[in-house]
Amino acid sequence: MEQFTHILLLFASTILVNNFILVRFLGICPFLGVSNQIGTAFSMGMATTFVMTLTGMASWLINTYILEVFNLQFLQTVIFIIVIAALVQFVEMFIKKTSPALYRALGIFLPLITTNCAILGLALLIPSEGYNFIESVIFAFAAGVGFTLAIVLMAGLRENLEFADVPGVLKGVPITLIIAGIMAMAFMGFSGLISM
Amino acid sequence: MKFLKILKNGLWDENPTFRIVIGMCPTLAVTNAAVNGLVMGLATAFVLLASEIIISLVKKLIPENVRIPSYILIIATFVTLVDYILKAFLPGVASALSLFIPLIVVNCIILGRAEAFASKNSVLDSIADALGMGLGFTWALLLLSIIRELLGSGSIFGVQILGGWYPQMAIMLLPAGAFISLGILLALMNYISSKGVK
Repeated sequence: MEQFTHILLLFASTILVNNFILVRFLGICPFLGVSNQIGTAFSMGMATTFVMTLTGMASWLINTYILEVFNLQFLQTVIFIIVIAALVQFVEMFIKKTSPALYRALGIFLPLITTNCAILGLALLIPSEGYNFIESVIFAFAAGVGFTLAIVLMAGLRENLEFADVPGVLKGVPITLIIAGIMAMAFMGFSGLISM
Repeated sequence: MKFLKILKNGLWDENPTFRIVIGMCPTLAVTNAAVNGLVMGLATAFVLLASEIIISLVKKLIPENVRIPSYILIIATFVTLVDYILKAFLPGVASALSLFIPLIVVNCIILGRAEAFASKNSVLDSIADALGMGLGFTWALLLLSIIRELLGSGSIFGVQILGGWYPQMAIMLLPAGAFISLGILLALMNYISSKGVK
């Protein structure tokens, strides 16, 4: 039971308190780039969550059974980026074969995930936090859910922004950043929620 | 002459932070103190310079199909180098930057310049491009981090500038302050360059 509570707290705190985008600053590029429409933002979030969960597993397995055993931690960055690139490629091929509809929906987003710093950041965070396998998977999945939550919320705000009269110099990225700042302030309200 | 033109391109015309708006994760995350911003900028500039030199030297040897993975490998090697050098010589700053040093690998500026510039141009031009882009990124980070440190804790590079009367705005050091100050700074840069055009 205690184990279950611990997992639940880890899940909630990764989504709300340590949100990958708004608190850890990981994955800002897609957050600014693909948050024009709720639909595409949601697809991007789903694709990222999927790859993140797989990366979480791969990161833990590689770190525990290969890097630590052979004392190769200095190769972490190089190994993880190769694994992520390969993983994304495999996922792309797999989805293309099994579900062409989903493949079309995700489209360009899949290859872009390779250079999303949230993914590599996640792979590097797992060894440094010292999670076990179950915790790593939960952490990775929750990180993806948090990412999706932030990007979909932002897309909803930006869709409404279309009707607002924004001063010329603030159009585009500047106003998006300021909105993100206000969202980050709102998320700060969660920080007292869970203490781990 | 051409060297200076490419240099200026990175410093202002196509400044990665203010004009193209890429490499936002480190820009927002590490700029809570001037020293962190400076070290992050220089670390990125070094990786960019070293990778662009190597890539422009070996560009003819790399087959077209595997060029992106090859570039990433070259970049990742230099990033690991910088990571360990910083940990050895500047442990304080290295622990403040923590995750964001290894994350230089996926900084779009580096792969972007490798693909768009170093793979097509001579070594000398690539050096100019790397210096321009790297220092362009550095000054943007330094400017943002000076603003945030001054408003957030009343100091610059850890030296107290504003006296005890100053109500330190802790929000500037938190994520919310990072987003808002970068947003305002970008708007300011848009304003300056729109004036310049007229």
